[in-house]
Amino acid sequence: MASVFHSFFGKIFGNIFKKKKQIKLGLYGPPNGGKTTLANRISMDWIGEEMGSASNMAHETREIQIKEQIKIQNKKGKEISFNLVDTPGIATKIDYEEFLKFGMKETEAKSRSKEATKGVIDAIRWLDDMDAVVVVLDATIDPYTQVNITIIGNLVARDTPVVIVANKMDLKRSDIKRIESAFPQYKVVAISAKSGKNIDKLYDAVFELIETTGKK
Amino acid sequence: MTKALKELAIQYIPHTEVGSLSSEDRIAKLLEYVKENKIVLLEGQLKKNEETKLIMETMKQISKRFKGIELATIHPQIEDMSIVARVRNTIGKVILGKKDGLTVIGPATIVEQIKQDPKSLQVFSLNLSN
Repeated sequence: MASVFHSFFGKIFGNIFKKKKQIKLGLYGPPNGGKTTLANRISMDWIGEEMGSASNMAHETREIQIKEQIKIQNKKGKEISFNLVDTPGIATKIDYEEFLKFGMKETEAKSRSKEATKGVIDAIRWLDDMDAVVVVLDATIDPYTQVNITIIGNLVARDTPVVIVANKMDLKRSDIKRIESAFPQYKVVAISAKSGKNIDKLYDAVFELIETTGKK
Repeated sequence: MTKALKELAIQYIPHTEVGSLSSEDRIAKLLEYVKENKIVLLEGQLKKNEETKLIMETMKQISKRFKGIELATIHPQIEDMSIVARVRNTIGKVILGKKDGLTVIGPATIVEQIKQDPKSLQVFSLNLSN
């Protein structure tokens, strides 16, 4: 972890003396929305390596993960580069007993719960550092929750450009319309991070988002 | 067979009680009630940065007994208001803070889920007899 931070800050301060700083693109959302699956998809597609491990158990990602200098291209061949920041899911409650249901021992579950609470705090603290954010929502569940409203509201308050991803569109119960009607003022891109469905549309949206950031 | 009933306490907090407090004190007060297993009905809304502060403070306090909160807000739809009402609403916010709407905060051990839309809330509680 320390080396990640060292490397990350080294990069940032190094860039001050080179040219423009690297754009930080954050992946935010509630737990189990598919942020790490998406981070892995983006990272695999553009630099050929994964970022972190994903699972069905909530709070699998409990630390900020950063993949530096991801370069993506648009259809015209124009290239843009950013640091991808995968964040722990933001939640208002964490019950270690939920982890016991996955066969975890009590001490392990309590430790995971403690790490998860720290992860939520870190994710919120990092909101200030983001240049643009992709909010990753599970399209199979009701998106109109206070956590989602709070995340998006805070990004708006910081004037951070946002695109919303309706993830898990490979599942039958998925419904992009629910997300579009809950957050009508935002661009919503329906994808499956797992299967890669519509991922090109997301890359187009990310490209636009980062270009917007550059113009600010 | 008769089911055992347990008390469900609801604490109403008028804007006048917390409006003049600092964000930190306001959040501390709200969490104090919630940790007493009360469902808090706060007149008005927290600021966006206060909502994140509330989540962060909740995370710091999570323990075996306190498992977090459920949080929801209902607020008047500004697009449904007349122009005069919109102006009054905006001036009121500047002078008094966000006094309109209602914020519900419950302990996660009692409130399992709050379903919401801008105008209504549905509170789903856990089995209180347990």
